[in-house]
Amino acid sequence: MEVKTASFEKVSSPKKTTVSGAEAVIKCLLEEGVDTLYGYPGGAIMPVYDELYKYQTQIHHVLTRHEQGATHAAQGYARVSGKVGVAMATSGPGATNLVTGIADAQIDSTPMVCITGQVGSHLLGSDAFQETDIIGISTPITKWNYQITKAEEIPEILAKAFFIARSGRPGPVLIDITKDAQFATLDFSYKKCSGIRSYKPKPEINLVEVEKAAEAINNAKKPMIVFGQGVILGGAEELFKQVVEKSGIPAAWTILGLSAMPTDHPLNVGMVGMHGNYGPNVLTNECDVLIAIGMRFDDRVTGNLEKYAKQAKVIHFEIDPAEINKNVHADIPVLGNVNETLKILLELLKPNKHEAWHQKFKDYYQIEFDKIIKNDLNAQRGKIGMAEVIDEINKCSKGDAVIVSDVGQHQMVACRYSKFNQTRSNVTSGGLGTMGFALPAAIGAKMGAPDRDVVAVIGDGGYQMTIQELGTIFQTKVPVKIVVLNNDFLGMVRQWQQLFFEKRYASTEMINPDFITIAKGYHIKAKQVSKRENLKEAVTEMMESREAYFLEVKVEQEENVFPMVPTGASVSEIRLE
Amino acid sequence: MEKKNFTVSVYTENNIGLLSRIAAIFQKRHINIESITASRSEVNEVMRFIIVVQVTEDQVKKIVGQIEKQIEVIKAFYHTDEEMIYQETALYKINSADFVEDLNIQDFIKESNARIVTVTPKFFVIEKTGKRHETDSLYEKLKPYGLMQFVRSGTIAVTKNEMPISNILEQFDTTN
Repeated sequence: MEVKTASFEKVSSPKKTTVSGAEAVIKCLLEEGVDTLYGYPGGAIMPVYDELYKYQTQIHHVLTRHEQGATHAAQGYARVSGKVGVAMATSGPGATNLVTGIADAQIDSTPMVCITGQVGSHLLGSDAFQETDIIGISTPITKWNYQITKAEEIPEILAKAFFIARSGRPGPVLIDITKDAQFATLDFSYKKCSGIRSYKPKPEINLVEVEKAAEAINNAKKPMIVFGQGVILGGAEELFKQVVEKSGIPAAWTILGLSAMPTDHPLNVGMVGMHGNYGPNVLTNECDVLIAIGMRFDDRVTGNLEKYAKQAKVIHFEIDPAEINKNVHADIPVLGNVNETLKILLELLKPNKHEAWHQKFKDYYQIEFDKIIKNDLNAQRGKIGMAEVIDEINKCSKGDAVIVSDVGQHQMVACRYSKFNQTRSNVTSGGLGTMGFALPAAIGAKMGAPDRDVVAVIGDGGYQMTIQELGTIFQTKVPVKIVVLNNDFLGMVRQWQQLFFEKRYASTEMINPDFITIAKGYHIKAKQVSKRENLKEAVTEMMESREAYFLEVKVEQEENVFPMVPTGASVSEIRLE
Repeated sequence: MEKKNFTVSVYTENNIGLLSRIAAIFQKRHINIESITASRSEVNEVMRFIIVVQVTEDQVKKIVGQIEKQIEVIKAFYHTDEEMIYQETALYKINSADFVEDLNIQDFIKESNARIVTVTPKFFVIEKTGKRHETDSLYEKLKPYGLMQFVRSGTIAVTKNEMPISNILEQFDTTN
């Protein structure tokens, strides 16, 4: 007897057609609503590419210049659209080049399906040309992976892949398809996956815990909310805002939570963590109830765990049971999709205001403003500062652009100073800290949100890690705006060398090429600005451009990002200088 | 928190690659697996892993959480030694000449309730099933006589409490 381990939606007219495995792959993608995918062809995936040629009016394949770029583009697409991003590559080096993007999507919970070609099944294990064990390699960094060796497995496995990638806590799935399975034929019919018996995407909601949470919140004198990407992934932004407004609780965000709530909302008190705002960091260690919503207490958020919110009762709203008590003990764990748990919570909350407590955040903000923000935004002397550039972008975008940042100082500055009105506006590599993420992610973001301005903010180091994707921009004419904040240093590492390694600048100075000439080589409009008085005009010209635009800003070379929680220190030991 | 033996039981689908997916969770945390066995379970087409590790309870809780998160894992549990009925099997291959000549060996076998599996003119194979200290003790006794080969299985264990796997699977069948 065959055991049923997954369930699939019934199709009304299961008409079967005989197709090749390769064609079945494309048909599955179309059934899942995929209109754009990113990839790079090669020997073991050629049958699928041959079918893409036939289906090119229905599905847009974007040829990136490197498979890593394909994964980041798929991530950018997924992060702004909420849909599953799709990346495709051949076997061997094509597949291994996906690894960084997969790991990034795993740690940042991004729904992504990667499809790789594999050598023929009769060659598996023979060290054939471009054979690599991508299933073995990708196992620890995927939510699920599977190797298909028979054409008839394709519809069911791809249906499961999409279901797994997007449901519950989303994540990356890799499907490896041997070349013979692509060539062989099957009777094709497609049924979407609706459940897998060993997989519970949504934990059952325990009403008692929600009630306990509501009671703790209603009785709190100094409550504080820290929200993460769970609010966005759960599509709970509006509900979340109502919870915040009804309870009157100051709300701070993690880097991936940014834009889930408008940045100018009166109860939005800024960023927590290593380079977060002064108030929410210090007051984490003063609040009486800490309400964590859709976040996972990353070490960059908590600093020293031994000294993190020890005085507070911790309430943790979370979809992934493995996150409960992983880093911080939850006195009241509330499992479930925040979209559902917050709905119940909202009904149980008493309308409240915490004006005196909220005022403390404002007081700390004033200290931070006087000491840091004022100078960051209005430096009178020296070269342009990074924050000034972000501020000019804000003035042009009015907070409606998608900002895609890379990794390093510019990322922290972009997240600290960007203004956002809409959700899904901040795309950055949070958990993995992948330099080189932003340029390809911006390509995907623009395609996933074609009506919005997409601005990639990148450092000179990270830019050169995936600079080849300028070729993708040139070929597709995708109108992304690229700002490189060039300090001719690997700035964040240099900052640490200055603060903790007595200014021994080991391999952080960059001798950079002429970025303008490179952009022009790809026929991308390009400009360099180095003087403060020309910044506004340069940013405005970029923001108004209808085609892709590259702006290099020569910024202060040895600027440091503050505030800062040094490694090993408590969040309340945050340094302002 | 004190480190001690925990037995992690994992019920899974019968799929390629799950062993390495589960092992990777220990590897990522730099935790050594003391023993691991995989076999069919009491449920049709469901596999059961028995993994023994020496960790703190806090660690084992988190590990079980991560294992259970894997798509094809149906359920994972952890138990202390007191909560389990557990056994290991060891095989000892000894030279027939030693066995016949030395009466001590025959006494050891009788005392330890071991069993002779095979007898050939050249060697004997003795099997002992029991707790680690029992198989160890027989090993120590036989070692001076020159063991030709020795091998011990991983721990296999059943819990004293019921394991509600069939219920979990039935729930899926009735809701889908």
